[in-house]
Amino acid sequence: MFTSRGLVATAFALVSLNAVSDPKGVETPRLGQQLEPQEVHSITVWPDGKGLPPGSGNAVTGQKVYAQQCQACHGLSGKDGINDTLVGGQVAPTSLPKLRTVGSYWPYATSLFDYVRRAMPYRTPGSLSDDEVYAVVAYLLFKNGVIEEDLTLNAAQLSKVNLPNRQRFYSEYELP
Amino acid sequence: MAKKQPANPIANSAGNGLLDRRLFLTGGLASLGIALSPVVNASESTINRARKPWMQSPGRALGDYGQPSQHEAAVVREGRTSQVGTLGSGASRTPLQDLQGTITPSGLHFERHHSGIPDIHPEQLQLSVQGLVKQPLKFSLNDLARYPLTTKTYFLECSGNSAVNLGPNPALLTCGGIHGLVSASEWTGVPVSYLLDEAGIDSKAKWVVAEGADAARMNRSIPLDKMLDDALLALYQNGERLRPEQGYPVRLLLPGYEGNTSVKWLHRLEVSAQPAMSRQETSKYTDLNLDGRAEMFTFEMGVKSAITSPSGNQQLTGKGYYEISGLAWSGYGPVRKVDVSADGGKTWAAAQLEEPILDKSLTRFRIPWHWDGTPCTLLSRAADAQNHQPTRAQYTKAKGTSGFYHYNAMQAWRIEADGGIHNVYV
Ligand code: HEC
Repeated sequence: MFTSRGLVATAFALVSLNAVSDPKGVETPRLGQQLEPQEVHSITVWPDGKGLPPGSGNAVTGQKVYAQQCQACHGLSGKDGINDTLVGGQVAPTSLPKLRTVGSYWPYATSLFDYVRRAMPYRTPGSLSDDEVYAVVAYLLFKNGVIEEDLTLNAAQLSKVNLPNRQRFYSEYELP
Repeated sequence: MAKKQPANPIANSAGNGLLDRRLFLTGGLASLGIALSPVVNASESTINRARKPWMQSPGRALGDYGQPSQHEAAVVREGRTSQVGTLGSGASRTPLQDLQGTITPSGLHFERHHSGIPDIHPEQLQLSVQGLVKQPLKFSLNDLARYPLTTKTYFLECSGNSAVNLGPNPALLTCGGIHGLVSASEWTGVPVSYLLDEAGIDSKAKWVVAEGADAARMNRSIPLDKMLDDALLALYQNGERLRPEQGYPVRLLLPGYEGNTSVKWLHRLEVSAQPAMSRQETSKYTDLNLDGRAEMFTFEMGVKSAITSPSGNQQLTGKGYYEISGLAWSGYGPVRKVDVSADGGKTWAAAQLEEPILDKSLTRFRIPWHWDGTPCTLLSRAADAQNHQPTRAQYTKAKGTSGFYHYNAMQAWRIEADGGIHNVYV
């Protein structure tokens, strides 16, 4: 019958429209090419220390790196620069940490290694060797009273460093 | 001829001159004696053959890429600030008070960069999908552009937007100066789920770390569920390829999430079981509470609204009719309702929401208003399906003033007797 055929045709049109609007139903050209192992180039350092490279450094050598590469913007003491304050502030159990630094606010030491290697020094990111990054990270942790001056940081040591404000972070997502 | 008073004048819908939002539709303005447009006398205009200068010779040539009128040169991004010693590590804001509708012109979209705007040749950028996947993949920009594309309108808001209103005294800024770290565009691109499906997600995967190809290699960890739900790899903004400052040639676009997570100049998606705890999700973009504890991964932008006109640092030119107009949005879904008050929050009237009211987009609201020339305070408050925009007092009582991120309390504009307008806390 004419009318029922009309109805059937409409129903088909609706079904195919639905299929197109459902992302799982979309045909994609699958143009991705295999990423070869040597192309992976991840520089992410994870909170459990995974991704930390070989190499090491301590605060004594780190002080030299800092003076040459960081001090101009972050100040002699790390507290008196034109850019972000890197040293100081207080982890206070009951009142707000007003000054948020690596020592008083950051939850993970691994994030410091990751960030310095990723983004600093501001004008020439990526220019430091991994040893220099370990050293300047050790220096900043020492200046913030987190580690001893003579502790040599490497992947294993840095993964073990606990920052004092860690326990005050929470999330509705599961934290590592 | 003197007009007769209408038998049934339209009642005010809330205190201090707020009129019914349906006034336009009912033709009620005329009944209030408000002239809508000057009446042109046809015979006079035909007689007057004088030509204005721009009518005396042909205008300028056709052009390659259109620019705004030179008479609009003052409408530019505002509040541009960068870290001392840097030019591209900071923010610039959309001049919300100068715009209408809901789409932000691409050149006025707010900016927030952490190490300047890179200049990337599209043939030299490769997007990789790696980590906990069955087959790590790489895609050229040409490849990406061949996928089935999706177009959606979404707002983007920096989670530090409006934070200046957490300060002890109200800053005497424009609406854009305070709230201009929000913009909206029509974005076209490839759903992230297509590429993740193609690479094959490992069953242990829970997060995807997105990394940009700027000098800071800015990175954020995004829940895998969000990536599979509505995340977009945006290639086009308002019909044209992305502007460099919006992530050319490809950016992540996460509807409703704080702007920082929509990583620009995207070159890597790293699927993982845990978040990276990058600097931008620990030192920054974490919400410090009153008790000194800080919440991580607070992604959705709360429901918010602001009156864009009349607004801070504008000037009313005398008592009488004005249209109050503004923007409302929520990272949780469509805006359901916006109320406006002209008496500092004592009474409220529902504003008209202009269609279409889109999910995680800007919604334009309007309400007619008759200013009687006395000082008063304008406010707006928005609601989505679940959430109501708080007052400033409610917000600061619950969250304190040190949080900085995700401040979404109501904006109040004080109108003085001389028509001057400024930011105020109520
Ligand atoms: C040319 C100036 C400059 C130099 C040199 C520089 N920085 Fe920075 N640094 C900055 C700026 C600007 C920022 C903020 C970037 C942003 O806004 O995202 C910053 C941010 C940081 C932060 C993040 C602070 C926080 O609490 O979030 C750390 C850590 C840091 N720098 C370490 C270093 C180290 C270590 C060096 C030397 C190896 C260095 N910087 C050299 C300008 C500089």
